Amino acid sequence: MSVTLQSFTQYAPGSSRKILDNINLTVEDGAFIALVGPSGAGKTSLLRAIGGLSPVYEGHLLIDGLPIGHSDLPKRKTGFVFQNYALFRHMSVARNISFGLDVLPRKHRPDRADISARVQDLLDLIQLPHLAHARPDQLSGGQRQRVALARALATEPKLLLLDEPFGALDPIVRRTIRRWLRELHDKLGLTTILVTHDHEEALDIADRLVVMQDGRIVQDADANTLNAYPQTPFVMQFLGETLEFAGEIQNKHFIPEDTDVLPFPVTENNGKTTVFIRPSEVRFVAHKGAAHILSQTRNPNGLYHYTVKTTQRTLDITTPVITEHAEDEKFGLDISQGKIFPNIR
Amino acid sequence: MAYSIFKTNYAYSMPPDGFICLPMSFLRRHTLPGFPLTFGITLLWVGLLVVLPLIALVVRPWQDGTATILQTLHDTRVLAAFRVSFSCALCAALLDLPLGILLAWTLVRLQPPGYRIITACIDLPFAIPTAVTGITLATLYGPNGWMGKLLAHAGLQIAFTPAGIVIALMFVGLPFLVRTIEPVLQNFPSEVEEAAFLLGATPFQKFYRVILPAILPATLSGFGLAFARCIGEYGSVIFIAGNQPFRSEIAPLLIVMRLQEFDYSGATTIAVLLLLTALICLAGVSFLRLRLSRGLIMEEVK
Amino acid sequence: MTPARFSISRFILCGCSYAVVLLMLLLPLVLIFTEALRQGLHTAFSTLLEPDALAAIRLTAFVTIIVTVINTLGGIAAAWCLTKYSFVGKRFLIMLIELPISVSPVIAGLIWLLLFGQEGWWGNWLTAHNMQIAFAVPGIVLATLFVTFPYVTRTLMPYMEQQGRDAEEAAFLLGANFWQTLWQVTLPDARWALLSGILLTTARAIGEFGAVSVVSGHIPGVTETMPLHIETLYNGYQTVAAFSMAALLALCAMSTVVLRTLFENSFRKQPS
Repeated sequence: MSVTLQSFTQYAPGSSRKILDNINLTVEDGAFIALVGPSGAGKTSLLRAIGGLSPVYEGHLLIDGLPIGHSDLPKRKTGFVFQNYALFRHMSVARNISFGLDVLPRKHRPDRADISARVQDLLDLIQLPHLAHARPDQLSGGQRQRVALARALATEPKLLLLDEPFGALDPIVRRTIRRWLRELHDKLGLTTILVTHDHEEALDIADRLVVMQDGRIVQDADANTLNAYPQTPFVMQFLGETLEFAGEIQNKHFIPEDTDVLPFPVTENNGKTTVFIRPSEVRFVAHKGAAHILSQTRNPNGLYHYTVKTTQRTLDITTPVITEHAEDEKFGLDISQGKIFPNIR
Repeated sequence: MAYSIFKTNYAYSMPPDGFICLPMSFLRRHTLPGFPLTFGITLLWVGLLVVLPLIALVVRPWQDGTATILQTLHDTRVLAAFRVSFSCALCAALLDLPLGILLAWTLVRLQPPGYRIITACIDLPFAIPTAVTGITLATLYGPNGWMGKLLAHAGLQIAFTPAGIVIALMFVGLPFLVRTIEPVLQNFPSEVEEAAFLLGATPFQKFYRVILPAILPATLSGFGLAFARCIGEYGSVIFIAGNQPFRSEIAPLLIVMRLQEFDYSGATTIAVLLLLTALICLAGVSFLRLRLSRGLIMEEVK
Repeated sequence: MTPARFSISRFILCGCSYAVVLLMLLLPLVLIFTEALRQGLHTAFSTLLEPDALAAIRLTAFVTIIVTVINTLGGIAAAWCLTKYSFVGKRFLIMLIELPISVSPVIAGLIWLLLFGQEGWWGNWLTAHNMQIAFAVPGIVLATLFVTFPYVTRTLMPYMEQQGRDAEEAAFLLGANFWQTLWQVTLPDARWALLSGILLTTARAIGEFGAVSVVSGHIPGVTETMPLHIETLYNGYQTVAAFSMAALLALCAMSTVVLRTLFENSFRKQPS
């Protein structure tokens, strides 16, 4: 099931502030995309709009190429998993899962035996076969999360919308469920849209990342493209730790303000600019500057952490690369791997 | 395969996308279904049962001209009745104030044996029919009643005097105070009190400087609710009041008497005045409460 | 603050509280039953079986059932409407719904006379069509409706507000329509709050005196509810009969209080 949004704009209730500003997005059938961005970027609003929970908007929302009014929303076969799961507290797990089938009009409703067989299948699928009669408040966070997923899957949706589904889970459960969800997506041939504020999670699970900021889509690409060609400094900063070096371009060379940073050739025109670089891409070049290492530690995750003192400032650099420089040795910083964004000084 | 029990596939119906026409947009703005239905029922219910009769109440006095209104307002008996209602309600609410704080404190903090029974008892004045309260208090404080006899030895007469009215109103108003103070005390963080104790506050200072300001807004709205209720109270008062004009005749009773004389506009004028008094008191109290709680928030920010 | 002083102040405060509860709340309750049983249980019961008393009980039951049903349905609709949507004028609507609490019961009766009484707006029309609302059972129902108006909404709304809209939205996305969402998701979840509100409505409906007194016309056996009958008996110096009826009402009130406490405990215990 494909989803297309064309110049989609949505206002905050009772004001002219735009929650979503001219969104153009296409999600192909079978894709797994993640909406990422800081809180307040409009990720959840966008997801709710796709789910049909935002009735007033400008622009177009097409599902499988067809415009859809919100009134026939349940028939669109959309599964939605809420951030806090929104399980029905007074119903057993089995009743929660079968709810979408129980409320079908009589002529479309499968008979009782079919429903309970299906519930059992889903319970097996979410690996909780014995909890059919438990109540939601007797479950752990991870179990609730999976029940919410099973409930959304019971009506055989083609489109699965997940709002921060791993938010309340501990790191170990998070990783397991993440993997399991991805397998499920592939097995059932779903189209999945996931909202998360955690870029690592998004990079790990999704085919494509849609980075949002202030109600707009900043960049929409796969993980490699995002890493190699971030569109804006925000995207780069959002996806990982970033160091900034201010300076000036003169005669196709970048001249940093920091005297211990080495100039390098660039293609951009003259003017003030800033170089953005991942800490791991910084290289130390011996005997070319007055920078030296103040301290170095090895983190338990296998990365090295250096505190580097240049003449002007102190930098924290975490990198998988080990350097052989002694603590009192002087060196310069090579940042030629960094990126320059036009129009950003 | 488990995922094939559905034979039906729904065809997508296609209403024009994003269409908004004015009257419909109000009804369609909500994602959850049922807004037109529930909103309609609510409007009908409120409109027929509350708004319509209250419009009649406000409009009716003017039908017979302003002269009748002025005549009613100049009636010394009416003024006296208002004075009695007002002062008795105020007395009762003021006397209930310390009792309410005491009971709420006992229930939340001290929890002596049997506090569950006390909790249940607090609701009794609200649940017991006013007529029952009325005849019971009249008998209890009457010349031959248990309390009446006891107080007669001390030379006090309660029944058939304004004091009787106050007693009845105190009974009626008490739950309002206890029930509004209780949740605030319950949610009051114990760390604040502990901090006050560690900073060397005596129990009295702790209560007076830390707890009282925190529960003041709630106390005030409880006071307002009790007062508004007391000012209009009828059933529990008339049996014990004695109903002597100019002395122990309350305004609601005067409405009833005017009605019995078929003086509808007179009755309605008094009613409007009574309602206005109650509403102004409530509005004043909620305004004050807003001011007070805003002050508290400001202090927290500082 | 030494432990000894603490326990003394605690002792004093608790003592005061016991005294207040005993003198102000329990003593009247004890008096009701003492007076009712003054001439024995048998007499008390036989006064309740007098034709006028039975008629009063029947009328009260009739009025209470109608009023509770109407105000429960209206209250549910209003609570749903006010908690699940946001719209202009919501606060004003809430204010209107809560207004009857601060209206004197006498006024609650008077307003219906202004509409349907002989001198009222539609009095002549009603007389011409041979219908009577004021000084008859419909008037009593209307007055009681007004007095017990806000209670269901008031108990239901805070609870539903706290629940949020997630469960309803989830149900809706799973294909449930409005009625299915209401009956299978919202109300089962809020059942204790709803029951508590219904009980409160019932209790107030049974015991309403001032409003009913104004519109009823006090015809024994026809338009006299239980509280009105108590007044008639009391003013006729039939103390035992009056207090027997009062004891019956007090029993109703006490069971209401106990049940509501139980309900409220159950819905406070639910994790949110």
